[in-house]
Amino acid sequence: MAFENLSSRIQGALKNLSGKAKVGENDLDLTLREIRLALLEADVNLQTARSFITSVRTKALGAKVLDGLNPSEQVIKIVNDELISLMGEEAVPLNKSDKIPTIIMMVGLQGAGKTTTVAKLANKLKKEENARPLLIAADIYRPAAIEQLKVLGKSLDVPVFDLGTEVNPRDIVNQGIKEAQKNKNDYIFIDTAGRLQIDEELMQELKDISDIAKPNEILLTVDAMTGQNATATAKGFNDSLNITGIVLTKLDGDTRGGAALSIREVTGKPIKFVGEGEKVDNLDVFYPDRIASRILGMGDVLTLIEKAQTDLDEKQAADQLEKLRQNTFDFDDFLDQLKQVQNMGPIEDMLKMLPGMANNPALANISIDPKEFAHMQAIVQSMTKSERQDPNLLSPSRRRRIASGSGRSVIEVNKLIKQFIQMRDMMHKFTNGKGKLPAGMENMLGDVDSSQLSDMFSGSGLPSMNAGGGIGGKVADLAMKRAWKKIQKNKKKRKK
Amino acid sequence: MGLFDSLRKKKKQEDSVQEDSVVEKKQSVFEKIKDVLEVDLGTVEDYKTVPNNVDELKEDVYQKGLEKSRSNFSNQVNKLLANFRTVDETFFEDLEDTLISSDVGFEMAMKISDQLRNEARFINIKTKADAKNMILEKLTQVYENSGNDEDIKMNFSSKGVTVFLFVGVNGVGKTTTIGKLSNLYKQQGKKVLLAAADTFRAGATEQLVQWAKKSDVDIVTGKEKSDPASVVFDAVIKAKKNNYDILLVDTAGRLQNNVNLMKELEKMKNIISRELPEQPSEVLLVLDSTTGQNAVNQAKLFKDSSDVTGIILTKLDGTAKGGIVLAIREELSLPVKLIGLGEKITDLKEFNSEEFIYGLFKDLIEA
Repeated sequence: MAFENLSSRIQGALKNLSGKAKVGENDLDLTLREIRLALLEADVNLQTARSFITSVRTKALGAKVLDGLNPSEQVIKIVNDELISLMGEEAVPLNKSDKIPTIIMMVGLQGAGKTTTVAKLANKLKKEENARPLLIAADIYRPAAIEQLKVLGKSLDVPVFDLGTEVNPRDIVNQGIKEAQKNKNDYIFIDTAGRLQIDEELMQELKDISDIAKPNEILLTVDAMTGQNATATAKGFNDSLNITGIVLTKLDGDTRGGAALSIREVTGKPIKFVGEGEKVDNLDVFYPDRIASRILGMGDVLTLIEKAQTDLDEKQAADQLEKLRQNTFDFDDFLDQLKQVQNMGPIEDMLKMLPGMANNPALANISIDPKEFAHMQAIVQSMTKSERQDPNLLSPSRRRRIASGSGRSVIEVNKLIKQFIQMRDMMHKFTNGKGKLPAGMENMLGDVDSSQLSDMFSGSGLPSMNAGGGIGGKVADLAMKRAWKKIQKNKKKRKK
Repeated sequence: MGLFDSLRKKKKQEDSVQEDSVVEKKQSVFEKIKDVLEVDLGTVEDYKTVPNNVDELKEDVYQKGLEKSRSNFSNQVNKLLANFRTVDETFFEDLEDTLISSDVGFEMAMKISDQLRNEARFINIKTKADAKNMILEKLTQVYENSGNDEDIKMNFSSKGVTVFLFVGVNGVGKTTTIGKLSNLYKQQGKKVLLAAADTFRAGATEQLVQWAKKSDVDIVTGKEKSDPASVVFDAVIKAKKNNYDILLVDTAGRLQNNVNLMKELEKMKNIISRELPEQPSEVLLVLDSTTGQNAVNQAKLFKDSSDVTGIILTKLDGTAKGGIVLAIREELSLPVKLIGLGEKITDLKEFNSEEFIYGLFKDLIEA
């Protein structure tokens, strides 16, 4: 996942300060130098990196000691605050028109991911708001660009307006908008051709289209792997089009994502969405504070919790809990849990959202085969009904039968059974109130049941999460406190 | 020193040529304006010459655009030197920053400035020019050293089919490059076959089909979402049977950290080598020149999985200059073989390393 390398370097730099009761100017400069190099190595723009360091330094030197924080923690807090302010304080929603249609125009360099993002965004709106978008294919230059949008539109069941490649994009947009008004579409997406910000002729075309369509949103798509050039691109597009927001794509790569830090500073425009995969639902809202804590290795607990809330069926979880109390958690429930966890996305991604985990060396090289879930499922499904309910029945000969039935080895079957038993015992402990979650976890989880999280760990056979420790632990603590505050705030909101 | 000297010589020559041409250009622009004016008042015959002139004027604009971007790196170094007082720690720190921000690559930037830190103790550096020369000499030296025994030519099989496999992350320009290359080889009188093994991205096959039509070459396609390896297999068999000279295999863009997709690539490559031993002749990593430090990761991981033999640097007509290839050469000794300079079918050039480095450092060199 993106930002990991950046976060490990910055954490390394901050480690110099850990345990120090007093942070002198020398220590601070040494640490800041490391942070500056880490930023540059992550493709953060030179100017941005410099001004970042200067403002952290001024604030760190002039800071009053806050209650409950030692000086090193305070520096971390300042770095965190500065990171957030660098990326924008809060998530910025899509601009919407008062009356339909809302017009969204996508612009960017070649190959940044405009067309893919159009499809993802249309899908998101369709899913969340029952929107009825129309996609306008205005890329007449690249071979088969229209075809690409049509195929995507078809798979999403969203209409695509095109006039082939022989018509001027300005006319296509003009007629497309009329078409949308006729059909009462509530969103219009204009997919434009990729172009260089220094190509004056094509930039003029964009200006004209923008004049014709008067879009509510002009989104610049930027490849997260872009180097120092990211700022030049963003500035070029912003100067001629006055863009309204940014979409950062390909963040699922191993890029350090420094582009995210500098673009906002250079254009003053918010990053609204991030693309994190090739599937049509791999588009997330950009939360600056969450990314900041991910960079500092505080984990992205909020995203994780949110995922858990939407993807885990609460009633099912409650039923299981009841069963557990009576110690009747069986293989069917196990399978069920696996499926729910699986729905949340790759397990290694989720683990890394937890405080202290992003930087855990044990996790650095871990990659859990998505097929492993399928294998586990096959093993459970090869059991008889009574076996699933009573694991004590599983004699060696039965295990051999299950192994050949599921096409896995006996070793794997044994492993699964062991995992199941561990999980059952652990859940049993928790429900009886004897278990111990890592500090702060229980409070923080609030309305999400703690067992759900804990069984994700045992389910994946990973060590429990006391890792981190040291500075990571302190940083994690900070994150927890903030997360807890936020949850309470949300709760209040809901009650109103 | 060899390269450094030759670059100097080149700069000297170009300067003198430029002085002449500036005078010429001034005249010609004047002529052009005069022409245009005359046309407005003039006859129909004159009118015919206008489009030409307009094109030429446009070309001037384009040249200027390139100029702007080319001097990017040099500007950075010049800015650094503007603040030059003495060679102290601040100077080297600034140098580090400058090099990194030119996308030269983090490791390489640190290495260069560390080496210079050591060397500066033995050289007496007093003026800006001294400092500049020191930096430049180091840069060219590093460049020269890492370029030993470099193979920047495309390799062809002496008999039978030559297979080129194209790999890279999403949106770098693989399909476009293949389109351009198919046209080039067709022009050279070769019998070219394309394999549209990107069955994943919507419209990718269609895109290559259109290129095939444009350059009038044959193509093998598969169904959407089908196994790309099966398309590769079909294409290899067809190429063998019908005695094609060259088979260009397009693959879907994939991020280098996606283990399963990298395995898929390995499989495709294995199929080619199984059916045609000694092939593919080239596995070409297509790299977007705007990519930053991540390009090194890309090169490393693609090299691991599919034994990349060379790099194609695309989108060099933008403002990025792809300084990161220096780091890739240094770390992985992967040569750049071709460069993409635009969207037209002819916008693909062979890579000339001397010219590339000259482009990067041009404005720094004082004749």
